Amino acid sequence: MNIPENLKYTKDHEWIKVDGNTALIGITDFAQGELGDIVFIDISPDLSELTIGESFGTIEAVKTVSDLYAPVSGKLIELNSKLTDEPQIINTDPYGDGWIIKVEMTDSSQLGELLDSAAYSNLLGQ
Amino acid sequence: MKKTKLYSLHEKLNAKIVDFAGFKMPIHYSSIIKEHKAVRTSVGVFDVSHMGEIFVRGKNALDFIQLITVNDASLLTDGRVQYSAMCYDDGGIVDDLLVYRLSENEFMLVVNASNKDKDFEWMNKNKIDDVELIDESDEYSLLAVQGPKSKSVIEKICDNSLDIEYYHFTSTKIAGIELLISRTGYTGELGYELYFKGNESDARKVWNAVFEAGKEFEIQPVGLGARDSLRLEMGFCLYGNDIDQTTNTLEAGLGWITKLKKPSFLGKEALLKIKENGLRKKLVPIISSEKIFPRNGYEIAADGKIVGRLTSGTVSPILDKAIALGYIEIKFANEGNQISILIRGKEIPAFITKLPFIKN
Repeated sequence: MNIPENLKYTKDHEWIKVDGNTALIGITDFAQGELGDIVFIDISPDLSELTIGESFGTIEAVKTVSDLYAPVSGKLIELNSKLTDEPQIINTDPYGDGWIIKVEMTDSSQLGELLDSAAYSNLLGQ
Repeated sequence: MKKTKLYSLHEKLNAKIVDFAGFKMPIHYSSIIKEHKAVRTSVGVFDVSHMGEIFVRGKNALDFIQLITVNDASLLTDGRVQYSAMCYDDGGIVDDLLVYRLSENEFMLVVNASNKDKDFEWMNKNKIDDVELIDESDEYSLLAVQGPKSKSVIEKICDNSLDIEYYHFTSTKIAGIELLISRTGYTGELGYELYFKGNESDARKVWNAVFEAGKEFEIQPVGLGARDSLRLEMGFCLYGNDIDQTTNTLEAGLGWITKLKKPSFLGKEALLKIKENGLRKKLVPIISSEKIFPRNGYEIAADGKIVGRLTSGTVSPILDKAIALGYIEIKFANEGNQISILIRGKEIPAFITKLPFIKN
């Protein structure tokens, strides 16, 4: 199982990559493996603000549908437009080209609540 | 939780395992979409050993089958298979099944794993004299080899030539193992199902022989995930989703197997009455080009109100469109009708089409 050390994680199997005030958010290798073939990402076109812990969209896989939860609060900067036509990138490259959204964080103290790679690895029982 | 005799092999192939109908079953090995396409374009193999095999033997075997099933089993001759269903007295469906006529006095019924114990109980409750019922499900393994290249694969390893017609069967040997092979399946493709007894090692012998012969066609193991999307593209009913004890064969579009002219069978009176009074709802195929993933339980709306509910849905890997089956009030059930599917508060446009969703 791939769990990069430079990322933070949530119990909902999302990762967040912090760069100053901005953060990239995606789902973990474990999550994509559990979901299997991802068919599309459903994020409301009206989305502009994220609130920590609240759903900001859904991820539709062949087997099931799963909510995406905001790991931090923030303003939406960008959606990964590549996922519109090729959502399966999340399956093949969940930590790279498979990122889902980019946000500008409004409260960086929230990062303290997130798991580091060791803690996330523990959560998965590895 | 039970395991099929090929369980350790699935583990070795890194299958994702789920609990299904009391069994640890592979849902996919690589990707559901990839496995689905392998069956449509070449050949794939399913371990469906969880299915139940119930044998009906004795002087009155045919009379018994005529009593408990809705189709006319008297039309069967040795070596033929029939799709049928068992109904309760109120017309609700006990199970759908395949009836194999082995001889005048011996039939094999292939039933859904999730219903097997309930079916066996129902059959015993309605048993007549001079009939013996034996559940041999635990003894049998069942492999489904499906896809346009399935014949080429099987012919390489089969003892005899494979000129069996659709819904016929014969006996043969593969890898030294005696088996019953039928031209049946749940995918809409050319395909065969192999029924055989024996231990884990025997099951692996058959599996390995099939995969060795299929190498040149890039044969793939296929899990329950693709089994579901493949059957749905054809519009085949799945018990537990599209049919159950609260639905009847007429509403489910299974009128073609419901032989109401047959002298008598369980559920006949109720089904006649349902037909006489007119159907209130009907299972219809629904398609949408919108970017949605329809699922069991989603509501169907028309004329500004809820008029039905989806029972199965997927995004067809072949059409790349949302496809679904659902029950809808009869006055909205016409082909071509515009309806909406309600998904998380949104009304998604869709329309009623006809089956199969894809044509082979």
